Amino acid sequence: MTTLNRPATTEAEKPVAARGADRRLRRDLGVANLFSHGFLLLWAALTALPLLWMFVSSFKSDGEILSDPWGLPGALRLENWSRAWTEAHIGRYFLNSGIVVAGSLTLTMLLGATAAYVFARYEFRGRQAVYYLFVGGMMFPVFLALVPLFFVVRNAGLFGTWTGLILVYAAYSLPFTVFFLTAFFRTLPTSIAEAALIDGCGHFGLFFRVMLPMARPGLISVAIFNFLSHWNQFILPQVLMQGDDSKWVLAQGLTALAVSQGYQGDFSGLFAGLTIATLPVLAVYVAFQRQIQTGLTAGQLK
Amino acid sequence: MRHGKYPLIITFLVPPLLLYGIFVLSPYLQAFQISTTNWLGYSAHADSVGMANFRTLLHDGQVWNAIKNNAIMLAVVPVLTIVLGLFFATMLNMGGRKGRAGVTGVRGTSVYRMVYFFPQVLSVVIIALLWKEVYHPNNGLLNGALRALGLPAPTWLGDPRTAFWAVLAVMVWSNVGFYVVLFGAAMSAVPRDIYEAVMLDGASRWTTLRRITVPLLWDTVQVAWIYLAIAALDGFILVQQMTNGGPNFSSDVIGLRMYETAFGSESKFGYASAIGVVMLFLTLSVAVLALRTARRDRIEYS
Repeated sequence: MTTLNRPATTEAEKPVAARGADRRLRRDLGVANLFSHGFLLLWAALTALPLLWMFVSSFKSDGEILSDPWGLPGALRLENWSRAWTEAHIGRYFLNSGIVVAGSLTLTMLLGATAAYVFARYEFRGRQAVYYLFVGGMMFPVFLALVPLFFVVRNAGLFGTWTGLILVYAAYSLPFTVFFLTAFFRTLPTSIAEAALIDGCGHFGLFFRVMLPMARPGLISVAIFNFLSHWNQFILPQVLMQGDDSKWVLAQGLTALAVSQGYQGDFSGLFAGLTIATLPVLAVYVAFQRQIQTGLTAGQLK
Repeated sequence: MRHGKYPLIITFLVPPLLLYGIFVLSPYLQAFQISTTNWLGYSAHADSVGMANFRTLLHDGQVWNAIKNNAIMLAVVPVLTIVLGLFFATMLNMGGRKGRAGVTGVRGTSVYRMVYFFPQVLSVVIIALLWKEVYHPNNGLLNGALRALGLPAPTWLGDPRTAFWAVLAVMVWSNVGFYVVLFGAAMSAVPRDIYEAVMLDGASRWTTLRRITVPLLWDTVQVAWIYLAIAALDGFILVQQMTNGGPNFSSDVIGLRMYETAFGSESKFGYASAIGVVMLFLTLSVAVLALRTARRDRIEYS
C-alpha cells in the first residue's frame, strides 16, 4: 500500500521561490479558465439544447417544424399538448406508470429492507450462502431471463397485469437493494439495538421502531435509485405487458406514439408527448437535485 | 439477541426469497436448460439438441456482426465517457482561480453539475426518441444547424456508415453527466492540501491530473469502468428505438439480436436463450477482466 503524507507547509515556512510560482500559476489559471469555461459551456449546451428544442418544438405547428427546425413557434399551440394527452393517451400511461412504480417501489423497499436487516444483524445457518445467492442476481443480464420469465409470469396468470409487473420489478431490484442495505445496516451501532432489547423491545419492534428510522439515509438513496430504474423500465413491460394498450406504461406509450406520429407526420404531437413525459421528472429533479445526485452516486458505488 | 429471533428471521426472509426464487432465480436456471433445446416459441414440445445451438451460433454471421458492434462500443464508450467525465469533473472541482492555489471550482459549478446530470434522470426511451428527431435528415436540430452553416446534411441514422456512430454518441452523451458527479464526489474527498502542495511546487494542471487526481480516484474510475463496460454490452433500448439495428444491420447489438430471435417474427426460444447464455458469459468475463486490469495498489490518505 502506498501512503501519501499530508504536507504541512505554513505561510511562514513557504520558500521564496514559491511566490514566483504563485504568480505563474495565476497567469496559467487565467488562460485555463477561459479554456475550461469554453468546454464547460459547450457541454452544457450539448446537454440542454436537445431538451430545450423538444420543449420549444412542442408548441410549433408541423409546418414550422419541417421548414425551420431552429426557429421559434409563431404561436403557443397548446392544442399539441392536449392532443398528446388525450388522443395519444399519454395522460393515462403516465398514471399507469405511477401506479406500477408506487406498488413496485413499496414492495422493493419493504422486502429489501427486511431481508437486508436479517442478513446484517442475525446469525443463522446458511446465512452466507443465501446472501450470495441473493446478491448474485446483480451479475446476470436480464436478457438471459426474458424467455423463461415470460412463461413464469404467464403460468402464474399475471401476464399483461400490473400485479405481474410490480412483482417482477421488485424481484429484479432486490439483489441490489439487499446488497446496498445490508452494508448499510451493518454500519449502524449495535449498542442502541442492545439497549432497546434490554428495555423489553421485541425483535419486530426493534426493527420498525429503532433500526428502520436509523437507516433512513440509506433507504432514501436506494429508493431514489429504484424509483428511477422502475420508472424508466422498458424491456420488462415490453415483454410482459403486450396486448391491452389501456394498461401500458409510459415507455410503451411513448414508443407507440413515436411510431404512429411518424406515419402521420404529426411531429408536434410527438414532441408534446415527450415533453409531457419529461417535465415532471425534470421538475422533481431540479427541486431535489442534491439528494438525487448523492443518492444515485452512493447507490451505484457501494 | 437470542430469544425469539427465528420468527423474525422467517417472516423477514421468506417473502423476499420466494419472490426472488420465482421471478429471478428460476428463469435464469430455466434459460440454461432452454438454450439446449430447439424450442420454437409457443409449440408444446421441444427436443433437447445438446450444444447444437451454440455450434450454430459460432457460424451465425448476424450474431457475430452484433458482437463486433458491441465490442466497438466496449472499446470506445467507457474510454470516451471516463475521459470526458474526469475532464469536466476536474474543471468543476478545481478549475477556478479563487483561493491561492486554485483548488476551488469554477463559477456556476452547481448549475453545470445540475445540467450535465439531466440525461441521467430521463428515461432511455425518451432520450432515444428525442435523438432520433435531433438526427432527423430534414427537420432535425443537427441538420438544421449544418444547413445554416452551409454544410452538407447527411441522413445520420439512415446511412450504414454513420448510424452506429450516431447511436454510440448518444450513449456517451447520456452517460457523461453521471460520471462528472460521481468523480466530483470522489474528488471532494481528497484533502485539499495535497493539491495546494503540488501546485506550490509548480506542477502543471495536466501533471496534477495525471499524477495526483487519477491515482487518488482510481477506485472510482474502476467502478465507472465496470458499469460502463456492462452498459456497452447492452445498448438495446437506444438501438431498437433509433435504428432497430439498421440500416443493413450496421448498428445491430447482441441484445437486439436476442430479443428479435425470441420475440420477433419467428420465436426461436431455444436459440435466443443460447444467445442469452453467450451474453451472460461476455458480461461476466468483461467484469472480471475490468476488475483484473484495473487492480492497483490502493492509495490511502494518512
